[in-house]
Amino acid sequence: MTFRPSSAREVAEIVAAGAADKRALEIVAGGSKRGFGRPVRADATLDLSQLAGIVNYEAPELVLTARPSTPLAELEDVLREKGQMLAFAPPKWRELLGSHGTPTGVPTLGGALACNLSGPRRVRAGAARDFILGFSAVNGRGEIFKAGGKVVKNVTGFDLSKLMVGSFGTLAILTEVTLKVMPRPETECTLLLHGLSDAKAVDVMARALNTPHDVFGAAHLPEAAARRSRVGDGPVTALRLEGPAPSVAFRVGEIEKLFGAGDRLDAEASARFWDEVAEVRALLPEGVVWRLCPTPSFSPRLVETIQQILPGAEAFYDWGGGLVWLSLPEAGADAGAGFVRAALQDGHATLMVAPEFLRETVDVFQPVPRALAALEARVKQNFDPLGLFNPGRMRKGV
Amino acid sequence: MLVMPEPDRVVLDRRAEIVAALQEIVPGEGVIDTERERRAYECDALTAYRQTPMVVVLPEDTRQVVAVLRYCKENGIKVVPRGAGTSLSGGALPLEDGVLLGMGKFKRILDIDAPNRCVVAQPGVTNLAISHAVQGQGLYYAPDPSSQIACTIGGNVAENSGGVHCLKYGLTTNNVIGVEFVTMDGEVIRLGGKFFDAGGYDLLGVLVGSEGLLGVVTEVTVRVLPTPPGARALLIGFPSVQGAGDCVAAVIGAGIIPGGMEIMDRLAIEAAEAFVHAGYPLDAEALLIVELDGCGAEVDHLIAAVEKIAAAHGATTVRASQSEEERLLFWAGRKAAFPAVGRISPDYLCMDGTIPRKEIGAVLLRMKQLEAKYGLRVANVFHAGDGNLHPLILYDANKPGELLRAEEFGRDILLLCVEVGGVLTGEHGVGVEKRDLMNAMFDAVDLEQQQRLKCAFDEQSLLNPGKVFPQLCRCAELGRMHVRGGKLPFPDLPRF
Ligand SMILES: Cc1cc2nc3c(=O)[nH]c(=O)nc-3n(C[C@H](O)[C@H](O)[C@H](O)COP(=O)(O)OP(=O)(O)OC[C@H]3O[C@@H](n4cnc5c(N)ncnc54)[C@H](O)[C@@H]3O)c2cc1C
Repeated sequence: MTFRPSSAREVAEIVAAGAADKRALEIVAGGSKRGFGRPVRADATLDLSQLAGIVNYEAPELVLTARPSTPLAELEDVLREKGQMLAFAPPKWRELLGSHGTPTGVPTLGGALACNLSGPRRVRAGAARDFILGFSAVNGRGEIFKAGGKVVKNVTGFDLSKLMVGSFGTLAILTEVTLKVMPRPETECTLLLHGLSDAKAVDVMARALNTPHDVFGAAHLPEAAARRSRVGDGPVTALRLEGPAPSVAFRVGEIEKLFGAGDRLDAEASARFWDEVAEVRALLPEGVVWRLCPTPSFSPRLVETIQQILPGAEAFYDWGGGLVWLSLPEAGADAGAGFVRAALQDGHATLMVAPEFLRETVDVFQPVPRALAALEARVKQNFDPLGLFNPGRMRKGV
Repeated sequence: MLVMPEPDRVVLDRRAEIVAALQEIVPGEGVIDTERERRAYECDALTAYRQTPMVVVLPEDTRQVVAVLRYCKENGIKVVPRGAGTSLSGGALPLEDGVLLGMGKFKRILDIDAPNRCVVAQPGVTNLAISHAVQGQGLYYAPDPSSQIACTIGGNVAENSGGVHCLKYGLTTNNVIGVEFVTMDGEVIRLGGKFFDAGGYDLLGVLVGSEGLLGVVTEVTVRVLPTPPGARALLIGFPSVQGAGDCVAAVIGAGIIPGGMEIMDRLAIEAAEAFVHAGYPLDAEALLIVELDGCGAEVDHLIAAVEKIAAAHGATTVRASQSEEERLLFWAGRKAAFPAVGRISPDYLCMDGTIPRKEIGAVLLRMKQLEAKYGLRVANVFHAGDGNLHPLILYDANKPGELLRAEEFGRDILLLCVEVGGVLTGEHGVGVEKRDLMNAMFDAVDLEQQQRLKCAFDEQSLLNPGKVFPQLCRCAELGRMHVRGGKLPFPDLPRF
């Protein structure tokens, strides 16, 4: 059974009506992220695609309110017209998530928020969770509630908005969200440095990010990834600079003084390059894919450890080493979870791409200590006491 | 009249025994028992409300915090966490039957990690001390509340504090990447760390700004940023506040996010100028200070762009700082605005609402009308970039009835903020001050959902009760599902 509500009130009615017989719902906006997370076992589908469209957009206020199924592409066009953007530039991951035959849908704002998706700018600009100001939603009791506000600065009450972001639709069903938007930089330029080892590259990225030159993107593609992206025959380290033209020109020069001359990508080529990085196109298109968030400086050793165990493993680095994309051609029965998580030490590892049976049996998201797991369960219980929303999506039972 | 939770007689009667038990946990001078010494903690920076706590405990490590909270939980004793006590909303106001848990001894910076751009600090470290610790590496901690020499990073986390630079660099919540905290059950929980985006529910996101209601923070990991290579400020005078407001909108509309952007109204300008002689234009109705930071090429480019916009919006004075001294002088008046107002009035109340920026003109006009109604003056300084107002209501506590009038005036201003689409507090928190106004912004269902979150962390409402919510949590009742006769609130099955 599929429900297609067109208002918050209808969403609330569906939830409430089904609560008596504990009808579990798979919540879908554009459907493009269904392959992300554990497979959901539900009694019915709640298709939110009718809840789309921008409700209010005031560029000088830096505030935009929209319904969750607004396609990201549409939103980005509207913002671009006013010289603005979503600073966290969420990736769409269509090819990435489509590679195992999972449905390709329309990437929406609600999906980007529910999964807390942030692109390469995240290293400086912040994540999706940093730009949500407020929302309306329906909880598991079939009640419509709101939190946060519609202005850029607000500390009134608990910041439930952050909690919604990254909750994969397991706490409440978003029906409207308000975001802080930011001006689009006048221009950008990316400097490509060639031939650095992983360890050297992560060090260079850290030092570049620590210069006052506002580096807003720092990625490293080892040889295989660089070849696949056609940016070099050997390893390539990329540093992105944005801003007014005279400023960008000056800062690129300063960065070159520190780290040596490289290739400069102009605004268009630069944007294309970072789209490649965001969409994970540089990775081996087979096997399972992991998304690792280690302590940034530890990432080269992490990759080295994994490659010692599995020489076919391939990786590339974003967020100055704070994000490692890893593909494992033959990972074994646990998708490599055992040795990947053992090598990680601190941080978290997410199984991004794997056949459904693996995502069902392996912990897709990083397991957490007992006390935290119990707290998370109580939080879930307080939003969705009957466990109606996306059961199993994040963890068994959640 | 502020009503706090009814003190628990049983707890008060057991006071001596409780003090003894706490002394077992925190030996030496860590338990403050005498009436005179306890009184030092009777209020935070919202001095209108005072209450001597039952006992003050100053733990030294996480282990002691765990033991104190476990003991209090087992014995049904309320706990109020406290940092430096600079809260402007009464968040750290003690309870008559409560333990005041002062985190002042958590003073160490534990780790400075430049390659990962973060600092790990104990919660009692002051905001400014973090920036000082990384200054040598060319780094700093961006959120800069005016109270930064005194307020603690733990207090900042609890209040989600901001500062002049937060339009560009974010509030506390955008710059804290990890915490260790202790729940009222005495469980130690770590969220986040040196890595990006902790997986699972973003509990760090709700802990920040939770005003000490969800847990006691015992360690904080913050992101530090490279210090901008340079900055220049513009001093721009306008014949009307509306003109200044429109100029702010135009600057942002042009794609410029200044490091700081502040407006002062006539009374604030006069008070500040008389106090610090910053060279503010005394003929202006509104003064806009815009700071642009970055490399020299960028700053000069943007200064020229903002000067143009200002001229087009009818600015009567436009001055760009020509030296670092001059830039600091431009700011000196703004930074001293509160004490400057303190010189022209015996007392003042500092309000903290946020409005959509386009409403600035209309809101200030309404405030003028309210000044007449209450017979009190208001000086306005605000974080213009994000529409965060700080109206300072001038009054004299020695004149009978003036405090009450000032409070009512303040309430009207905050309700006005909500009415035009804004919020009750932009950075100072709800605390006890705005607690009873929460209903103006949220309906019963909204507040219940927030309180359920509180229940997930602290089922018996022992941690900082009486703050933020107009009514105490009733967790058992809030947790119940009202399935009446097998049906929830909307009985009719949908037909779509
Ligand atoms: C002159 C002046 C200027 C100010 N300027 C600004 C400004 O520009 N921007 C701004 O945002 N604020 C400002 N403030 C308000 C205040 O400084 C901030 O709210 C600050 O973060 C409070 O920190 P504190 O250490 O003093 O905390 P306290 O006042 O001691 O406590 C504040 C709240 O935090 C809780 N708390 C404290 N420590 C912990 C902990 N370790 N764990 C859990 N809960 C804890 C308390 O229970 C309380 O609810 C100003 C205050 C003054 C007096």
